[in-house]
Amino acid sequence: MLDRVASLGKTILDSIAGAGQAMVMLLRALIGKPQLRKSWPLLMQQMYSVGVLSLVIIIVSGLFIGMVLGLQGYTILVDFGAEQSLGPMVALSLLRELGPVVTALLFAGRAGSALTAEIGLMKATEQLSSLEMMAVDPLRRVISPRFWAGFYSMPLLAIIFSAVGIYGGYLVGVRWLGVDEGAFWSVMQSNVEWGQDILNGIIKSLVFAFTVTWIALHKGFHCTPTSVGISRATTSTVVTASLAVLGLDFVLTALMFG
Amino acid sequence: MSSVNSDDLVVIENLDFAHAYGAHPVYQGLQMRIPRGKITAVMGPSGIGKTTLLRLIGGQLRPQSGSIKFAGHDIPKLSRSALYEQRKRMSMLFQSGALFTDMSVYENIAFPIREHSDLPEEIIRTIVLMKLEAVGLRGARDLMPAELSGGMARRAALARAIALDPELIMYDEPFAGQDPISMGVIVKLIKSLNNSLDLTSIVVTHDIAEVLTIADNVVIIADKKVVAQGTPAELQASDDELVQQFLSGAADGPVPFHYRAASFADDILGSAAEQKGTGNAG
Amino acid sequence: MESRNTQLAVGFFVIIGVLALLFLGLRAANTNVASNGQTYQLYAKFDNIGGLKERSPVKVGGVVVGRVTRITLDGDYYEPLVEMTISKDYDEFSNSSSVSILTSGLLGEQYIGLSPGFIDDTVEMLDDGDYIHDTKSALVLEDLIGQFLFSQGND
Repeated sequence: MLDRVASLGKTILDSIAGAGQAMVMLLRALIGKPQLRKSWPLLMQQMYSVGVLSLVIIIVSGLFIGMVLGLQGYTILVDFGAEQSLGPMVALSLLRELGPVVTALLFAGRAGSALTAEIGLMKATEQLSSLEMMAVDPLRRVISPRFWAGFYSMPLLAIIFSAVGIYGGYLVGVRWLGVDEGAFWSVMQSNVEWGQDILNGIIKSLVFAFTVTWIALHKGFHCTPTSVGISRATTSTVVTASLAVLGLDFVLTALMFG
Repeated sequence: MSSVNSDDLVVIENLDFAHAYGAHPVYQGLQMRIPRGKITAVMGPSGIGKTTLLRLIGGQLRPQSGSIKFAGHDIPKLSRSALYEQRKRMSMLFQSGALFTDMSVYENIAFPIREHSDLPEEIIRTIVLMKLEAVGLRGARDLMPAELSGGMARRAALARAIALDPELIMYDEPFAGQDPISMGVIVKLIKSLNNSLDLTSIVVTHDIAEVLTIADNVVIIADKKVVAQGTPAELQASDDELVQQFLSGAADGPVPFHYRAASFADDILGSAAEQKGTGNAG
Repeated sequence: MESRNTQLAVGFFVIIGVLALLFLGLRAANTNVASNGQTYQLYAKFDNIGGLKERSPVKVGGVVVGRVTRITLDGDYYEPLVEMTISKDYDEFSNSSSVSILTSGLLGEQYIGLSPGFIDDTVEMLDDGDYIHDTKSALVLEDLIGQFLFSQGND
């Protein structure tokens, strides 16, 4: 019995220590004067591997999710003779929830796991130590550009996701199922608002970007530098980041729309 | 800024160190001097924390107490920025080479120069080619690290380690896993670089035969402290049992063959309860 | 050059993102809302606001001119007081305008219908912070049914 309490205590202490480590890592990576000339190419490189390479999966998933929303929404709404509300239904679900959340989940799986594995491998092959011994701070050189790349990329990806999703809903609703095109867009327009819907979605996405990228970098940077350690850290990134996104989404939704 | 009158580049005094996650101390009251301009070989059984020693000197780990003076600066007490300043004067050759896998050999060696200077591209090119020439890899400059053999990767890493003309190079197991020819090449390189660049070298290794041919000074670490120190000739003449066991490679002796455990008879008969200790992480 | 291609790809990525944002902003959302640009406040007291909520639209002849921004209870008799934020583009409503709480469709959301009053020399224009006195409350279904039954019983 006491052993269980002790192990619970150890788990709690470990997680507090982990959170502290992660906080210190982030602060040290972000504080201090950035050298634009040197960090710009690094940021570009990371924007490419984190953002551009995630584009295809985001566009494809966005299109399919939009099309499914269109189809499902139509079959439900048509029973109430309210199929003209298909536009706002698709747009609001995407802008408020699915865009930011699904993008964050896909991002955690696609880019987050890659970040963790890459940094973990750099640690295991002593590249991080080697940077330190060359008097180059790995936090500035490795962590910081990846963090900013994730932070800038994810909201862009979420916006693209929502736009493509709305187009997918339009394809199914208007082109296939024959909802009136004018009604689709105009009812959508009268129900969707910049501040309340689009901006809040972007804010959500920024929060998720911060969280997912931070978790991925922390897991990589503080992983056990062995093959088992890296694979655990990668799994843990996807699991932790996904749970964090879903939990935060509830809190943010409650704050914004509650 | 360094103490000019001292002959020792690195002076370690009363060093106590234990890993945060292990209860067992790695070093207790370690005393060591690394003479300037010489090659010092640090030897000892596996798992004794030789790599830890290099990381302590490099400031990557902090000891619980004691001082590590590098050219008069007490490394554990330096602020972060001062420590980075001192690290520009030392470099370390990691066991795996630790080349950056996403850059070519040329870019790897140019990397520390680019990071720490604003030299124009032509000068960087000249320096990089000079360093590559010194390790005999000028022809391999456009290869990626994945295309190099183990020995070549280590030589490329060595070229990177001397890119900024450091005062101290620390070699972490430079001979491990090398075929006899590349081992011979690296031995020769350590010696010639040390002489031509006026370096101080610390070589951590178990490969006694190779290192004894080039070392000016040998330190044997065992049981958390230095057990013997001297020139290769002095050590070979030593009558210390442990030194002899280590130099001759006998399986059993003061360093036991068995990992700490309950007596074998107790263990198989099951009467000894869990008494196994946890090992020293090295 | 490798780094040039990278920069190009990232540039396209950002451009696609901005285009998507423009698409969302211009195609999916109504841009002429009172929430951006100059606005002014009008107030109205109702007996019963029914299902009216904050952010419900204020419409003139079906055109959205503003939104409900606050609903409070006011005065000694706790009358519901509705604050409406109206776009400055429509600031020529006369003192004699009236507001009523309407429902869009049978099951739709409730909104405020604003009927502009007549304009002549004797009436003044509504300014920021003015009250609209001519109000019609929401129709509450239960009340209607109650009245219907009551009138049936009287026959």
